[in-house]
Amino acid sequence: MNAEEITQLLEGWLEADFSFRKVGPTAAKIAALPDRDQDFILEWTKRVASSNLEVAWQFARRAPALMGTMDRRLMEAWLLGACDVYDRQGLRHALTVMEEADHFEERQLEMTAGVLFEDVAGVLGNFVRGLSGRRLTLEPGKHVHTDTERIFLPGVLARFPDTADNFKLAKAMVAMLWAQTRFGTFRADLSVACAGFSDPDRALRQLHGLETLRLSACISRELPGLYREMERLKAALGEGPPLGWEPLAQRLAQPEANLEDSLALLGDAYALADFQPWCYQGALKPDAVAAAFEARREKEKTRLRVKLAELLEEHTRHEDGQAKDSGKPRQRPEFEAEARDEEGRLDLELTLDGLPVAPPEDVKALLSSIYLDFGEIPPDYLVPAGDGDYDPSLLGEQALDPDAVWQGTYHEEGATFYHEWDMGREHYRKNWCVMREKEVPPVEDNFHRITLDKYAGLVKHLRKSFEAMRDENRVEKRQAYGDDVDIDALVEALADARDGSEMSDRLFVRLHRAERNIAVAFMVDMSGSTRGWINEAEREALILLCEALELLGDRYAIYGFSGITRKRCELFRIKTFDEPYSDEVKARISGIRAQEYTRMGFAIRHLSELLKGVEARTKVLITLSDGRPDDYFDGYRGPYGIEDTRMALLEARRAGIHPFCITIDREARDYLPHMYGAARYIILDDVRQLPMKVSDIYRRLTS
Amino acid sequence: MDAHSLAPEEHFIQKEPYYEPVGNEIAIFEAAWRHRLPVLLKGPTGCGKTRFMEYMAWRLKLPLITVSCHDDLTASDLVGRYLVKGGETTWVDGPLTRAVRVGGICYLDEVVEARKDTMVVIHPLADDRRTLPMEKLGQLLEAPDGFCLAISYNPGYQSVLKDLKQSTRQRFVALEFDYPAADLERRIVASESGVEPAMAERLVKFAQMTRNLKGSGLEEGASTRLLVHAGKLIAGGIDPVTACRSAVAQAVTDDGDMLAAIQELSSSIF
Repeated sequence: MNAEEITQLLEGWLEADFSFRKVGPTAAKIAALPDRDQDFILEWTKRVASSNLEVAWQFARRAPALMGTMDRRLMEAWLLGACDVYDRQGLRHALTVMEEADHFEERQLEMTAGVLFEDVAGVLGNFVRGLSGRRLTLEPGKHVHTDTERIFLPGVLARFPDTADNFKLAKAMVAMLWAQTRFGTFRADLSVACAGFSDPDRALRQLHGLETLRLSACISRELPGLYREMERLKAALGEGPPLGWEPLAQRLAQPEANLEDSLALLGDAYALADFQPWCYQGALKPDAVAAAFEARREKEKTRLRVKLAELLEEHTRHEDGQAKDSGKPRQRPEFEAEARDEEGRLDLELTLDGLPVAPPEDVKALLSSIYLDFGEIPPDYLVPAGDGDYDPSLLGEQALDPDAVWQGTYHEEGATFYHEWDMGREHYRKNWCVMREKEVPPVEDNFHRITLDKYAGLVKHLRKSFEAMRDENRVEKRQAYGDDVDIDALVEALADARDGSEMSDRLFVRLHRAERNIAVAFMVDMSGSTRGWINEAEREALILLCEALELLGDRYAIYGFSGITRKRCELFRIKTFDEPYSDEVKARISGIRAQEYTRMGFAIRHLSELLKGVEARTKVLITLSDGRPDDYFDGYRGPYGIEDTRMALLEARRAGIHPFCITIDREARDYLPHMYGAARYIILDDVRQLPMKVSDIYRRLTS
Repeated sequence: MDAHSLAPEEHFIQKEPYYEPVGNEIAIFEAAWRHRLPVLLKGPTGCGKTRFMEYMAWRLKLPLITVSCHDDLTASDLVGRYLVKGGETTWVDGPLTRAVRVGGICYLDEVVEARKDTMVVIHPLADDRRTLPMEKLGQLLEAPDGFCLAISYNPGYQSVLKDLKQSTRQRFVALEFDYPAADLERRIVASESGVEPAMAERLVKFAQMTRNLKGSGLEEGASTRLLVHAGKLIAGGIDPVTACRSAVAQAVTDDGDMLAAIQELSSSIF
């Protein structure tokens, strides 16, 4: 393409007429590039322009200079990173990410070999979980550090010209930050420890150096293979302790060295040359650590005390009879915890009045997390909680009231997030949909009985046809092979043989095992457009369906979906898989009311997750809907909504789930085949048919 | 060396199997056997349940008949069936009947894998009746004193579909098995595979790391059995990281990311 053609394209995509963007010079630069590079830049500019014009423009401006020097994979990662930041934090932050590309140029050689956070997070996340101690999670962040719960790594890591080495570096970073939590770097307030020095920041850096020496020695004992790699990486970059630090390093390499020793040596280290950070040591952030510790301390204390109370109760129940018989006064039982933390192995033994107690896994995890913070289990943590002795809100992750979202301070806390497919960008918008499960308020109004009366004839028919489907274990006779000899057939066959006729080979009986191993999730449209007729038909259809399904014994769940904008995606629990078809469920079906809009992707994704958790040979997701995906304001309509829904359905299918749609939208033929694929949907002309047809469709689908 | 066939009831264990007791499981099993109580062994795969049974069979000098249960195992497979031989029907005992007849140990391994109707057959054997009804023969087989019914199952795989019914489990004396404590496991691995104690210790540490991954995408961590396999490869000259990959990582998962993570753990340790 020549510059003029490119200018025209860019002007169109970037709406140059309405802005001050002068696309001419950029188009000329792009035109000078080979076709392949031109296509790459133009394609991505177009995609990103569907999200934000300014981000797209900044990309188009910078891209020609980066082509040829920056790996395409990284360029895409950088651009998508900017889009993610735009989604989460807005334009200003996204533009800051775009500007980072200018620095990329300075390190262009390494940039071709960088590893991306997303590429390493899976493997290293499992790697760090395999190591002992608290379960740390990996998150992308600006700096490499840990807050003792999470380990932050940069989006791109590129210190070495070789991808394998960059991966090793990421692994070394993770191991070093894990070692900080495992070997007690944060068992004292580091800010306070450094505050007495004239330059506290420098003191913190020197202390970090001391700890790096100590922890390196710990890693050398614990993970010698990794330590060798770390030494190699360091040597490749010419890193080592500064002059004069050797005696300190030797002292900290002793197996018994701990944080106290590093703190004791801080004065000496402060007088020495600056410790230049090693490639994998990251940063120390005492503030982040303190915040995480604050959030954790009371929660863990309460949880442990409640768990101990449970253990005690179990124990007392066991011992009760004996104690009563002996007539001795009961003393208050005492828990003690002893930690064995040697040779890298952390064992915590819990005893009750001197006798060992086998704590369950969650108590073990709690004990080791507390030990990591304090280096012991503080005695006040070992007092079992009494009734009303604690704040239950500290006990678990309390589900927040989904209705409180729009009251007071806006929050996304406690919600589940789902990606959404952006067809323009041809990529996911990460954690875009903020989803909450809500209860449907039950309505006790005899709707169930009225429906059964209304469709009495149909119910009878349904019962018959569904009962016929219910396959039962039965013995099949005269089989060619089976579990046992069919004596009758054998006698006949022997008689035939004597008679000179040919013997039948069907001489066995076989037990026909009939197991309908099906789980089905019904996803019911509760958008505003279902108000009235459709809503009623849906509710009636659900009642009839439930009656039929109860006969079959298939596991099923019913959820309604609706929402308004991506921030308020709501899934209404009507019946979960584990719940019996009770009066409560019947009342909830009766309570289904039309809500807001039809955002479908999140609902499909969430129900797919639920289905994945169910053990069944066949998993089916059936949508009852009255129209196309559509939402208010944030662009979830037309092709965008259809493409996201289609993608969610593809994801479901990849997970082995069979989606199917029952709709009453007469225009559905335009988009349903595209979303569900041919023969995976059915269009009813008349909403009144819904109750009549839905069970029948289910029968055909699953038999 | 030629393979030789052996009828199940002749399967006496001649040589003492290597077994390190973890607690008082030997005494409990013996007491249960003396009192003619059936035994249930619970525990994760590869933690030594089958070895324990072999050891007890050797110790009590009883034949050991092991049946590995699977989802097509029927009651007939256990009790016996008529077969057609030369135009006549002949009754053939199943392994359970054989064990009852000779008064040996019948060990139903991973019993929850068997079909549900199979369980009903063992019920009268597992309570104080100690009889095996053979409906097709119209006979009732009374178990002699030596007979012992032992079953095993892995609560780690517990699901709605694969769980022991209360009516079954409440007939058994239960012994809980778990991976041995680190020191003991080290001794087992060293003794069974022939690696140096230091190498056995690293293998055990590695196993512990994989066990930490249980519930994060891994169903089970590395069992003692897998460690012994890895140890044998190492003793045979295979590099430890390679041995762990083949004998442990590949055995516990097929997931690419998980394999890579386990590989990173082993390369960190050795």
